[in-house]
Amino acid sequence: MTEGETGTDAPEESGGTGTSARRTKSEHQIRREAELHKRSRRSTSIATASTIVVAVVLIVGVTASPGWPTVQDKFFNPSQFADGLPDVLRGFLLNIKIFLIAEPIVLVLALAVALVRTLRSPVFFPLRAIAVFYTDVFRGIPTILLIYLVGFGVPALQLQGAPNDPVTLGIIALILSYGAYVAEVFRSGIESIHPSQRAAARSLALTHGQTMRYVVVPQAVRRVIPPLLNDFASLQKDSALVAVLGPLEALRQASIHSSLAFNYTPYLSAALLFIVLTVPMARFTDHLAARAARRQLAGGHV
Amino acid sequence: MSLLSIQGVWKNYHDHSVLRGIDLEVAPHEVVCLIGASGSGKSTLLRCVNLLESIDDGAVYLDGTEITDVRTDPDDVRKRIGMVFQSYNLFPHMTVLENVTLAPRKVHKTPAAKAEAEAMELLARFGLEGKAKEYPDRLSGGQQQRVAVVRSLATQPRLLLLDEVTSALDPTLVMEVLGVIRELKAAGMTMIIATHEMGFARDIADTVCFLEGGVLLEHGPPEQIFTAPENPRTREFLRRVLESGRL
Ligand SMILES: Nc1ncnc2c1ncn2[C@@H]1O[C@H](COP(=O)(O)OP(=O)(O)OP(=O)(O)O)[C@@H](O)[C@H]1O
Ligand SMILES: [Mg+2]
Repeated sequence: MTEGETGTDAPEESGGTGTSARRTKSEHQIRREAELHKRSRRSTSIATASTIVVAVVLIVGVTASPGWPTVQDKFFNPSQFADGLPDVLRGFLLNIKIFLIAEPIVLVLALAVALVRTLRSPVFFPLRAIAVFYTDVFRGIPTILLIYLVGFGVPALQLQGAPNDPVTLGIIALILSYGAYVAEVFRSGIESIHPSQRAAARSLALTHGQTMRYVVVPQAVRRVIPPLLNDFASLQKDSALVAVLGPLEALRQASIHSSLAFNYTPYLSAALLFIVLTVPMARFTDHLAARAARRQLAGGHV
Repeated sequence: MSLLSIQGVWKNYHDHSVLRGIDLEVAPHEVVCLIGASGSGKSTLLRCVNLLESIDDGAVYLDGTEITDVRTDPDDVRKRIGMVFQSYNLFPHMTVLENVTLAPRKVHKTPAAKAEAEAMELLARFGLEGKAKEYPDRLSGGQQQRVAVVRSLATQPRLLLLDEVTSALDPTLVMEVLGVIRELKAAGMTMIIATHEMGFARDIADTVCFLEGGVLLEHGPPEQIFTAPENPRTREFLRRVLESGRL
C-alpha cells in the first residue's frame, strides 16, 4: 500500500492482516475523490489564467512606456547580444574558475576557524584569539574594499614570493572575506547541536577532538547545508567583483564591449549567465531543505 | 574493597550547593539505587562520578585510585565507566551498529571487524539484532534506550551509571528496559541507578539510597528502606510516592 492510499482507506475490518487485501472503495469515498479531483483541476486553471493576466499586464505596461524603444535598443539589442556573448562567456569561464578554486578553500578555512573557536584549553588561547579577530575583522570589511586592499596593497608591499597576479589576489580576497562568513555559519551549526550529544560522546571516553569529528561536526554540517549553499551562490556572484583588479572575467568583458558600442546589452548577457548558474543551485537548496523536512517528519513517530 | 568510593562530595552551582557531602561505597557486583524527589541531586551525583561535572570538595575513588585528582585523565576514567542517559542520547546520524561500535573502534582501538562482531552479539542478546542497520529515529523509545545500554556496554565498563533510563518511556516499554537491567544484574554488572520506579528499585537493588536536598539521608537494603525507614524524611517521601500510586 502506498503512503497516499493509507489515509483515504477506511479502517480494515478487525482480523484483517493489513498490508495485502485492499477493500473496494465505498460510494462515499468515490464521490469524495471525484470532488477532490475537480477542485485540483479548477485550481490549475485559475493559476494558469492569473499567470497569463499578470504577464500580459507587465509586457504591455513596459513596452507601452515612452522610454521603451530606447531601453530596448540599449539593453535588449539582439545584434549586440550576439556580438558580445562569446567574449562574455569566455570571461564567465574565469568566474567559474575563481569560484571553483575559492569555494573548497573557503570551506576548509571556515571549518578550521569554527573548530578553533570551540577549543577550551588555555594552550590554545592565542589560536582562539586569532580566530575571533579574523572573523570579526573580515566580516566587517565590505568584500569589494577587501579586493582593493589585497589586490593593490599586496603587490605594493613588494614582498618576495607574494603573488601579484590579479586573479590570484582576487581569489585570496574572496577567500578571506567568505571564510569569515562561512566560519560563523559552521559555528552556529556546531552550537546548535544539543550538549547532551557531547555528554554522551564524552561519557564513552571520546576525546574533545573525537567528539567533534565523529559526533558534532557531521550533524552540524548537515544542519547548515542550506545556508552554506546560499553563501555559495553569493560567492559565485561576487567573483565578478574581481573585475576591479582588471582580469578579463564576465563583468569586465561586458563592460569593455559595452563601452566600445555604447550599448548596455553585454551587461545583460553577463547577468543572464550568472542567473543560469545560480538558479539550479537555488532549486537544489530547496530540494535539500524539503528532504530534510521530510526526514524530520519521518522521524517524528515513536 | 569497594569498587567505587564516594567520600564527602560537594557540588555547587553558583552559590547553591546541590550535593552536600555525599558518602557512598559500592562493592563489586552491587546494584545501588538512588531515589529521591526531583532536584535532589541524583543526576548530578552520577555526572560527578563520570567526571562530566567537576566536584567542589571531597573525593571519588575507583578501584582504589582517586579519579577526582586533578592529574587523572578523565578519558581514562570514562573508559571504565559506562553511562546511560534519560534521553538516550543516541547519535542520530549513525546507524545502531555505528553507535555501538564508535567507542570500541575509536577509543579502544578494536579492529572494525571484531568490534562489529562483538556489537552484533550484544545487540542479539538484547533482541536488537534486526535493528543494527537502522537509524535511531526509526526505533521506538524502548528500543532506543536498549541500544543506549548496549552502546555503554560495548566497551566492557567496570561500572554502569543509569540515569532514569525509563522515565521517557511509556509503561509497556518500561518493562522491556527494566528486563535488560535485570539481566545485567544477573550477569554481575556493578550499577548505580537513579530511578523513580520504586517497585523496580525494591526488586533489583542491593542497596537503596535516599537523597534529599543533596544529602544522602538514609541508605540500606531495600526491605529496610521501603518497609522500616528510620529517617522521617524518607518516610514522608515514600508516603507521597505511595499516594501518587508509584509503589
Ligand atoms: N547545570 C546546572 N546549573 C545549575 N544548576 C543545576 C545544573 N544542573 C542541575 N542543577 C540543579 O541541581 C539540582 C539537582 O539536580 P539533578 O538533576 O541532580 O536532580 P535529580 O535528582 O536528578 O532530579 P530529577 O529526578 O528531576 O532528574 C537541581 O536543583 C538543579 O536545578
Ligand atoms: Mg535527574
